Amino acid sequence: MSFPWAREYQPSNGFTRFLDEKLPLPRLVYNAVGAGYPVPRNLSYFWNFGVLAGFFLVLQIVTGVVLAMHYAANAQVAFATTEHIMRNVNWGWMMRYAHANGASFFFIVVYMHIFRGLFYSSYKAPREMIWLLGVVIFLLMMATAFMGYVLPWGQMSFWGAKVITGLFGAIPLVGEPIQVWLLGGFAPDNAALNRFFSLHFLLPFVIAGVVILHIWALHIPGSSNPTGVEVKQESDTVPFHPYYTAKDGFGLGVVLLAYFAMVFFLPNALGHPDNYIEANPLSTPAHIVPEWYFWPFYAILRAFTVDFILPAKLWGVIAMFASILLWFFLPWLDKSPVRSGHYRPLFRKFFWFGLIPAMIVLFICGGAPAEEPYVMLSQIATAYYFLHFLVILPIVSSVEKPEPLPYSITEAVLGSDKKAVLGENTTPAV
Amino acid sequence: MTKLLSVRLVAILVGLGFAFVALFAFVIGAYNAATEEPAGHLPYEKPMDLSFSFDGPLGKWDKAQLQRGLKVYDEVCAACHSLKFVAFRNLEELGYDEGQVKAYAASKQVPGIDPNTGEAAMRPGLPTDYFPSPYPNAVAAAAANNNAIPPDLSLMTKARGDGTNYVASLLMGYQAPSEELLAEHPEAAPGPGLHHNVYFPNLNLAMAAPLTTDGQVTYDDGTEATIEQMSKDVAAFLTWTAEPTLVKRKQTGWPVLIFLLFATILAYMSKQQIWAAVKPKKD
Repeated sequence: MSFPWAREYQPSNGFTRFLDEKLPLPRLVYNAVGAGYPVPRNLSYFWNFGVLAGFFLVLQIVTGVVLAMHYAANAQVAFATTEHIMRNVNWGWMMRYAHANGASFFFIVVYMHIFRGLFYSSYKAPREMIWLLGVVIFLLMMATAFMGYVLPWGQMSFWGAKVITGLFGAIPLVGEPIQVWLLGGFAPDNAALNRFFSLHFLLPFVIAGVVILHIWALHIPGSSNPTGVEVKQESDTVPFHPYYTAKDGFGLGVVLLAYFAMVFFLPNALGHPDNYIEANPLSTPAHIVPEWYFWPFYAILRAFTVDFILPAKLWGVIAMFASILLWFFLPWLDKSPVRSGHYRPLFRKFFWFGLIPAMIVLFICGGAPAEEPYVMLSQIATAYYFLHFLVILPIVSSVEKPEPLPYSITEAVLGSDKKAVLGENTTPAV
Repeated sequence: MTKLLSVRLVAILVGLGFAFVALFAFVIGAYNAATEEPAGHLPYEKPMDLSFSFDGPLGKWDKAQLQRGLKVYDEVCAACHSLKFVAFRNLEELGYDEGQVKAYAASKQVPGIDPNTGEAAMRPGLPTDYFPSPYPNAVAAAAANNNAIPPDLSLMTKARGDGTNYVASLLMGYQAPSEELLAEHPEAAPGPGLHHNVYFPNLNLAMAAPLTTDGQVTYDDGTEATIEQMSKDVAAFLTWTAEPTLVKRKQTGWPVLIFLLFATILAYMSKQQIWAAVKPKKD
């Protein structure tokens, strides 16, 4: 499935002809990320983050598999084997720092990817399925990252596991049995550690599977672009290879510079010192905080401090899950025919002056202790977060008057005969 | 169309519901904050900003300092604290030769078994042994220390924020609580068995000041053993025990970053060259 002008794979010698007949793997790659995939020519650097996310997934799997060779998932020795990796395994310290910071960078690039999608409404038809699969990947990433953080069996590992599984305890009637079932006991211990290790090893491969579906679904309509105008003609596109392989290669270099600067010079800056203290069920840390990439959602969880029909804790749990699950409905909540935020004056204001500040406030409050003013700030930001996606987005998309769109990507890039095109573009060409 | 409209209607109601409950909690919280006295924090101090040879991206160990720090650990800290992730063999990294490490290990008694009877017995350490704990188990450690178990020090500088400065500052931070502090926070007075320290988060800790007089440790290299010197030396040593690969890590980082910078510049140039043909011409 592609544009009619997509180049066809031509096997060049006997071996590739043989392969193409029996198992057309080179053809698959050629059509997926090679010259056989026409891509809008106007993608900005915000379109680099999908490839980067794929890179970090592979990096996490490679470093993770090596770490698993030296790690023992047993509550008696897990902390000590982590230190064994850091001290005795050749280059083990580098593998562990690469894996721990790799998780952070995976989330950084995925957040950029998600918010790119939100600004350019990449979730709209015909790309709903790509977006839905993306949200599934994000949920799987959160589960994987959470369980991975438990494995070193430090204080934050243990208490983080206790708090997060404790969320299920807020469910009425069945909550406590569910929590015990999830942990395999009344508190995190060997049973929990073992199953978390098993699932932490499994889920990345599930993510890889969903990523394949995500890319497959992407190749049906093709990539979106900063104008939000669909591809109309061959001049709107360039082949993925060499144009975007070159551009992604440069983007990868920039991100890797930042990543390795963290790995080698600030490897613990994104972690918590308490996780270098071995797990101790009898000593609760002063402030239990998850890893930074969960802070906005942790802030939503803690924003609900008052019982209102339901207990406050249950409100927090429902709101936290709802804050991500509502992303599944975005394709049907945002009815504007225009995709790109560049042509949506009202939407754009709410995005930059509403959603982004709210996310920053939630991020800061999620990492801060549960004290004032952080709790009150997170309550306002939480209210805005839900209003933004569930109230503002549907209403704005029906009332706003979009700015005129370019006729085509070619015109937007090359700027040919603008006036004539705008004349026939009174209704958005989507 | 009506079906889609109802999706939005449900969404708007749900959104208003969550926002209402969050804002309701905000109003209650604001009312409480306005009417209740906020719980005050005890005013402890941030660690001093000291300078160490291994600071910064070009940092290196000062092996003489690490050796002095080992001596402070050995003669002062080791009386109560273990160092369970450090093996004697690791001391070669501090500049000791094999013979010195063997002799040092042999001077320590580690738990073993009697080769004839199989019963538990103490034996002289080998380079492959780890630093022994001063107590046979946690109960003994608690019993000997007024119920406060002295923590293992292997990872101490990584287990506290700004750990190296924190450890050094803490060792220098013992003093009697000031009059103004006690006037404002009567609860800051040290309880029985506790000791006042301005760098400890709740101002009073179970550990008595371990470094009390200048010259408490006699350095082999003739350095004057002031309390400040000993505190910094042992903090440097504990930074090494927490991350023996720290300097190797920084030294590995440079070639990686230089290579990547070079590769990224090349990637940028090839990207420019590839795109040149299809870029719109600037007017």
